[in-house]
Amino acid sequence: MLTFLPEVKLGRSQLNRRVMLLGICQAAALAVVVGRLRYLQVTESEKLAGLAERNRINLRLIIPERGLIYDRDGRLMAANQKLFKIMMVREETSDPALTLEQLGQVLQMSEELKRTTLEKIKTSRQDVPVVVIEEASWDQVARVSANAPALTGVQAAVGDRRYYPMGANAVHLIGYVGKVSPEDLANPSDTDPLLEIPDFRVGRSGIEKSLDRTLRGRGGNQQIEVNAYGRIMRELGSVGARHGASHQLTIDSAQQNFAMARLGEHRASAVVMNIKNGDIISMASTPAFDPNQIVAGITQSEFDKIRNHEGNPMFSRPTQGTYPPGSTFKMITALAALEEGLITPDEVINCKGVTEISGRAFHCWKFNGHGNIRLESSLSESCDVFYYTLAERVSLEKLREVANRFGIGVSPKLPIAGIENGHFPSRASKLEIHDRPWSIGDMINTSIGQGDMLASALQLTIMTARLASGLRVEPRLVLAEAGRQIARRTFSPIGISQASLDLVRNGMNAAVNNVAGTAFDSRTADESFLIAGKTGTSQVRIISTRERERGLTPNEELPLSQRDHALFCCYAPIDDPLFATTVIVEHGGSGARMAAPIARDLLMRAHYGGIPSLRMYPPEVREEVKEIFLNLDLPPQPQGPPSQDLTSGSLSA
Amino acid sequence: MTTLAFKQATKPLLAQKFSLISWPLMALVAILSGIGVLALYSVAGGSFEPWALPQIYRLCFGFAIVFVVALIPLRYWHFASTPFFIFSLALLGFSAFYGVSVKGAQRWLEFGSLRIQPSEITKIALIMVLASYYETLDKQKLSRPLWVVIPAMIIAFPALLVAMQPDLGTAILIAVGGGIIMFLAGIHLLYFVIILLITAIVLVTILFSRDTSWQILSDYQFNRIETFLDPSRDPFGAGYHITQSKIAIGSGGLEGRGFLQGTQSQLNFLPEKHTDFVFTTLAEEFGLIWCVIILGFYAVIIFLCTLSALRSKNRFGSLLSLGVGGTLFLYMAANIAMISGLIPVVGVPLPLISYGGSSLMILMFGFGLVQCVNIHASRY
Repeated sequence: MLTFLPEVKLGRSQLNRRVMLLGICQAAALAVVVGRLRYLQVTESEKLAGLAERNRINLRLIIPERGLIYDRDGRLMAANQKLFKIMMVREETSDPALTLEQLGQVLQMSEELKRTTLEKIKTSRQDVPVVVIEEASWDQVARVSANAPALTGVQAAVGDRRYYPMGANAVHLIGYVGKVSPEDLANPSDTDPLLEIPDFRVGRSGIEKSLDRTLRGRGGNQQIEVNAYGRIMRELGSVGARHGASHQLTIDSAQQNFAMARLGEHRASAVVMNIKNGDIISMASTPAFDPNQIVAGITQSEFDKIRNHEGNPMFSRPTQGTYPPGSTFKMITALAALEEGLITPDEVINCKGVTEISGRAFHCWKFNGHGNIRLESSLSESCDVFYYTLAERVSLEKLREVANRFGIGVSPKLPIAGIENGHFPSRASKLEIHDRPWSIGDMINTSIGQGDMLASALQLTIMTARLASGLRVEPRLVLAEAGRQIARRTFSPIGISQASLDLVRNGMNAAVNNVAGTAFDSRTADESFLIAGKTGTSQVRIISTRERERGLTPNEELPLSQRDHALFCCYAPIDDPLFATTVIVEHGGSGARMAAPIARDLLMRAHYGGIPSLRMYPPEVREEVKEIFLNLDLPPQPQGPPSQDLTSGSLSA
Repeated sequence: MTTLAFKQATKPLLAQKFSLISWPLMALVAILSGIGVLALYSVAGGSFEPWALPQIYRLCFGFAIVFVVALIPLRYWHFASTPFFIFSLALLGFSAFYGVSVKGAQRWLEFGSLRIQPSEITKIALIMVLASYYETLDKQKLSRPLWVVIPAMIIAFPALLVAMQPDLGTAILIAVGGGIIMFLAGIHLLYFVIILLITAIVLVTILFSRDTSWQILSDYQFNRIETFLDPSRDPFGAGYHITQSKIAIGSGGLEGRGFLQGTQSQLNFLPEKHTDFVFTTLAEEFGLIWCVIILGFYAVIIFLCTLSALRSKNRFGSLLSLGVGGTLFLYMAANIAMISGLIPVVGVPLPLISYGGSSLMILMFGFGLVQCVNIHASRY
């Protein structure tokens, strides 16, 4: 018998009561649910049925073509190469894995590729086409088309890939495109649906990055009706994509190629600018790397090899590399003192090679000193002691004010991603960086562009252009956007008296064209195109008293990282300045020997519009220049992208 | 009479046992499962693959479970309840470390090709252990604090484990299911008032914990709550489920579009269209009339379970049947409230109709227990 469990005697009626209570609660809940269903299916039915109808219509994004980038003569600097792609849309296939398996058989895909593609398909939006093969051959496209009935959702399409005809020669300027990163997707200020397309590319550096929004264009959409199996029935309408705006740059690609070749193996930067309108003619940075390699897809290890290369090729030196300007800053110190009336053009200061200020000895670069020197010769012969004397007279604030007017310590306005602003020291920054108060020693360092002061080649070029013109020249990189010329700006005067400017210009002239000048070897023999400039050799290390007593170690004997930076700022022609340039050779030693000849060649190349004739060089340097020009690694001109014409058959296998 | 002869005479024959089975209950379970198969057939665009056919196999297996469980004497289930509960807890704990993660929640355990959801087993094991507890508990002690705290702990432990998976919806349903047993067992109503008050306070605390250092829920859970309150906030993201589901239900109207004529669920606009959201297909294709009839079937099943409980000779049987019926109701109501946008998307399947192995088998096991009570403990 089932007597194991005692019968419920107590609480039977209580159980009944509780069951009744529960039943009431359940009935109430059921009534709410039924009421809700009635609300949706009767009251709201019509509205929701309308929404359902709209649901049969799918929106599909149309990818815009990325804007092209041209140089000032209309040569392509960034192009779109047409490629065949094999793509797959998840919502159009009932079983992506099976379809992919079949596609794999048709195209002989590797297991690895199939696996990664399936992963991509699973993680992307249903209506977004996923690229299976990025660069398909004509044969593969034909096979897919022939097997189309078995491969639902697979399509062959023509897609774009960015191509940079100038390769490594303009990579720091143009930049390159890359995949959308998770950070881009999380960026609340850019919610462009295009970013969700897995194979969409955005600018990663340079102009590609800074002008990305205008280059990218706007995606269009296509309204399509789908049937119960997700098959496209017909197109209901579409809004075309707005292609990205093409940009014409101020860059002269031939000049750019020349500049890159002239810098050669050095770690260097060189900017050439038109003083009249601020156009950047060339902006070279070495070493460089080929962006096409990255855009075509390279492995992480190959990418790391570029990134970790000791020359740091990914570093855009003209805009990101900031260095102590050294003696190239002396013009600013001179102008500040002249404007304040703290020195006259004729005042003579005696340089003995060393001067004592507040009990400390400060040395001139010339061991035996320059003797009696005036402002003009202080620039041409680059006397340091002269500026130590001025440092005692000029206030830091005045110096900064004048420096800022010439663009030192001020952010240059150019549409290139990652521009560095350099640094003009202040009492606060000294305390912050060195944890020591400002001293006269700092003022002395600042007067010759040493110490904490940093400026880029771009900033020094702006400074030179302003010195040469007496106007607040602003740099310009984009000549025209989407066929529209960017309006020319007129530059306001810099606010320095003509007499002071002329004095400094005479000093710069003498530096190149006077026998005693530091850059005399880098003059031209063309009377109509004479250069004025200023050398700079900025010290990277601190020279101790003991070392000075022993005699200075020549730069060539120091390890590379301790050698001085070589700088040269110049403009030409002297009577009506048109071009300004700055060359900085990292750890290049002497500015006069290393940077000035390069700057001279760049200016002459810009002026003559081709490799300058040797007749324009002084006889004693012709052999040397000839040797350099013969060894230049110049790409053939003119350049264009590989055939963009699909019918020519150049892309078929 | 010899002992043997006595035993033979008094032991209910197999035929007798079969006659005690509640056949109406069996029939209703079969009808609802059949409707489920139809829905899965329709969801697949008029195909037995990939869901309807496996579901049919599982149903056959499920009905076998009902009969086997029903024919085993009830006292064995009484004995088995505590070990079974401990076993289910072990599985839950195990899944926390070795479980397969589905959409951010550690819910599944994989044994070869077999995937089980330990939280499903827990919900029936909890009912059994609580019924067993109140069977043995002296009626006088019923409402004494210590004897209330013990079952409360028994409920809280698995609920917390499930909540940590994190599967908040199932955790709440497990806790409420256990609470129903305590309520039916007859503990003082004051306890429920206290629990409701505490819950209210905890809820308020949780809501205020957002974006603080001691934030209690994960961000996705907060998101679900927010999109529930305002689905238009994110029409292509988390609010997508609710919006699409409401569109599908509403477009069915009073009479529905007709079998296989639904556009919404078949067009893949609906996620989870064969599992949690399967009812939307029925609503779209058959309309409000059939929705109400289906809900009516559930109500009758629950009524039959209650009938079985009221006729049971012992407390264990009563609470078991009521527990199974109560859980069925909870899941059914929660699922439909969820898909119709009354409560946040909590990830609860619709009993008997949703595609899924674990939940179906456990449900069939539960019906087996109800039939077991009918066979072995009926007073009539």
